[in-house]
Amino acid sequence: MADQSQARSPSGSKPRPGENMRLIDAMQYKLPLAGVVSILHRVSGMLMFFLLPFIVWMFDASVTSEVSYDGFTSAFVAGIGFVPGFLIKLVALALIWAYLHHAVAGLRHLWMDATHAVTKEFGHSSAVATFVISILLTVVLGAKLFGLF
Amino acid sequence: MAVNYGSKRIVVGAHYGLRDWLSQRITAVVMALFTLALLLQFIFGGPVGYDSWAGIFSRQWMKVLTFIVIVSLAWHAWVGMRDVWMDYLKPVGLRLLAQVATIAWLVGCAGWAVQVLWRL
Repeated sequence: MADQSQARSPSGSKPRPGENMRLIDAMQYKLPLAGVVSILHRVSGMLMFFLLPFIVWMFDASVTSEVSYDGFTSAFVAGIGFVPGFLIKLVALALIWAYLHHAVAGLRHLWMDATHAVTKEFGHSSAVATFVISILLTVVLGAKLFGLF
Repeated sequence: MAVNYGSKRIVVGAHYGLRDWLSQRITAVVMALFTLALLLQFIFGGPVGYDSWAGIFSRQWMKVLTFIVIVSLAWHAWVGMRDVWMDYLKPVGLRLLAQVATIAWLVGCAGWAVQVLWRL
């Protein structure tokens, strides 16, 4: 491990490891599965953040009154304004995946924090489990959303 | 006086970021428990429809719980989005703008959700 007190700033005489590394260099490395879980944790979180008004709209329309509830359900069939119903369903499916991936990956984080499970093996096997659980549930709920059962 | 910035900064002992780290995890647990509570009521709440769905949120304890979750979500998303902006937005002016917009976005959405909740 590099001695922190000996590290210099970029203008110093002693270069720090990786100082001249650019993103294009990092792209040559294969991202491990745990890394894919990590970046998708971030992507799914951002997706839910930007779709927050749509989420609150769904909450508003679904609980406010029976009339608004009908508007909520018909949005997924007839659409809203110029947005067709299947597009609303696709957005809802994206939210379902984002929620499931974010939640499962988050529970994985909590488990690692609580039990200090930080081995390379656990990192990989729990990443596999995260994908299996979140994708399986997304497929089941997606099939229900699109009326396949 | 000892230098405490740049590469000489002492990075232990002052709990830099601990509060954000911890609050993100606590709010995550709150939301996970809420998901479970909502799911159980949805599954055992009778036939799916407006009455059973709105009925879940009409109970006062559920309103309080949902309110706690709305605040937790906004706090959790603030910590997460701030991490994202700090990682990818380097110009300080742009970062400030993004952070202010994030807070406005979250407070606006939270206010709307709370209004929906308590007029029920």
